[in-house]
Amino acid sequence: MRSFVPVLTVVTGIFAVWYLAAIWLNAPWAYDKATRSGEVLTLQTLIADTWSQDKPKLPAPHQVGIEIWETTVEKNITSKRSLIYHSWITLSATLLGFALGTGLGIALAIGIVYNRTMDMSVMPWVIASQTIPILALAPMIIVVLNAVGISGLLPKAMISMYLSFFPVVVGMVKGLRSPDAMQLDQMRTWNASPAQTFWRLRLPSSMPYLFTSLKVAMAASLVGAIVGELPTGAVAGLGARLLAGSYFGQTIQIWSALLMAAALAAALVSLVGLIQRITLKRMGMA
Amino acid sequence: MGWLVFAFGVWAGGWWLNTWMARLPPTRLTSLAVPVLFGLTLIAIWEGVVRGLEISPVLLPAPSMIALRFAASTAILWEDFVQTVIKGALSGYVLGCGSAFLIAILVDRFDFLRRGLLPVGNFVAALPVIGMAPILVMWFGFDWQSKAAVVVVMVFFPVLVNTVQGLTSATAMQKDLMRTYAAGYWTTLLKLRLPAAMPFVFNGLKIASTLALIGAIVAEFFGSPIRGMGFRISTSVGQLALDLVWAEIVVAAVAGSAFYGAIALIERAVTFWHPSQHH
Repeated sequence: MRSFVPVLTVVTGIFAVWYLAAIWLNAPWAYDKATRSGEVLTLQTLIADTWSQDKPKLPAPHQVGIEIWETTVEKNITSKRSLIYHSWITLSATLLGFALGTGLGIALAIGIVYNRTMDMSVMPWVIASQTIPILALAPMIIVVLNAVGISGLLPKAMISMYLSFFPVVVGMVKGLRSPDAMQLDQMRTWNASPAQTFWRLRLPSSMPYLFTSLKVAMAASLVGAIVGELPTGAVAGLGARLLAGSYFGQTIQIWSALLMAAALAAALVSLVGLIQRITLKRMGMA
Repeated sequence: MGWLVFAFGVWAGGWWLNTWMARLPPTRLTSLAVPVLFGLTLIAIWEGVVRGLEISPVLLPAPSMIALRFAASTAILWEDFVQTVIKGALSGYVLGCGSAFLIAILVDRFDFLRRGLLPVGNFVAALPVIGMAPILVMWFGFDWQSKAAVVVVMVFFPVLVNTVQGLTSATAMQKDLMRTYAAGYWTTLLKLRLPAAMPFVFNGLKIASTLALIGAIVAEFFGSPIRGMGFRISTSVGQLALDLVWAEIVVAAVAGSAFYGAIALIERAVTFWHPSQHH
């Protein structure tokens, strides 16, 4: 609560800058229109015009808000113009990719922790794999998978998976190795089998690390799904809305898709945070 | 059939050799040889499988074909490299990280700003900022300036958040010591707090280095002049020239790793005192 007032101030500041920037960026077009129709703009009419243009360089926040309201609440969910429909397409690819990435990440981490050969040969490549800008490969992955008959959700989910497995591997390797020598010795004195050591000691102590990674992975997965939608030729999804908006200069549409993506990211990450708090509390770790 | 047997043989041989090497006492040589051998094995298996199953080059070209194409089109690759990496990614990286660093120092002076900006910055760092690309391309035109702008927006918040966090990492004891030396704000900042913040700063710079390349390439999907890595990738996919796409990917991977490696080397030189640098 201590930081509520400062955060509110900063957010208000951002909106103020946004409104001022809208006046500044849209003014040339407003002046242009005025000279052609022979009007003289006062400060008041200038501001009114820059905040209500059809295709502004920067739409004012309330224009974006109205657009979001119209395309979510007032449209039928099944309609192709509904933002909820597009968000759902993106969300499903995100969640599938996130699940696949988390599964792959945990499996790799267990292999790396328990197998020395894997640790030495795979771990450097896991790190190197992230210096490859996978998002740049998105068009090729989509086209190639389409050519072998895989289309729809899965190609996008593959890109999300590639982006989200990395933080999970790194976090889980750290987490599974977090029990110290004393705790491992204690398990040995109890004559615990490797499986018992894993289920009763290593896995529980890795949970805080896992959840931190899952938050990063969720955000990365959403980015992957959005970029994965770009090369499909703007059919459906938030990424497709961005691309279609940029083709036709529909700035309000771009901004509303962008804000929707931001809201989705915030909701997903805080959902993981909520599960983290509940789980850790029940485990007695928080 | 022969190629498939070859691939299987390489897989078994590589596996055996790596297991054997991993059991040796760990030295610098084995810790380098094992991952390299793993990578070479993967490439050899790729080559064998593509040839053995006669996979169409439109789906997946063999590594040898990619290497040939790479050697044949170095002029194009170099032109794209300059356009995307040097002009787009690097200039945006320097601009974005530099401004984030300066603003972080400014924010740190005012506790009110820090408490307000940190949660907002953390929130923005988790957003799909790459979505700003079409807007920035609209504002700054098709050439490299818009790509640099996308990179600035993408790297800004990770570096800002990490630097602000790093500036709080000097302990009260250390700050008290500076006070007993009668050190002012600037002396404390330069001699104690900035050096202490460096591990955090470099963490942000490393995250930003991979983001920079991604931002510059993806921004080209929304419009670019007729050169650049993102442009070449998206048009070559359309022409089914996948060997050229893979050659661009090799360039991107090498550039990305070299960028990251350079930052890591500078980090080792600057933060030699930090425990994580002792091996």
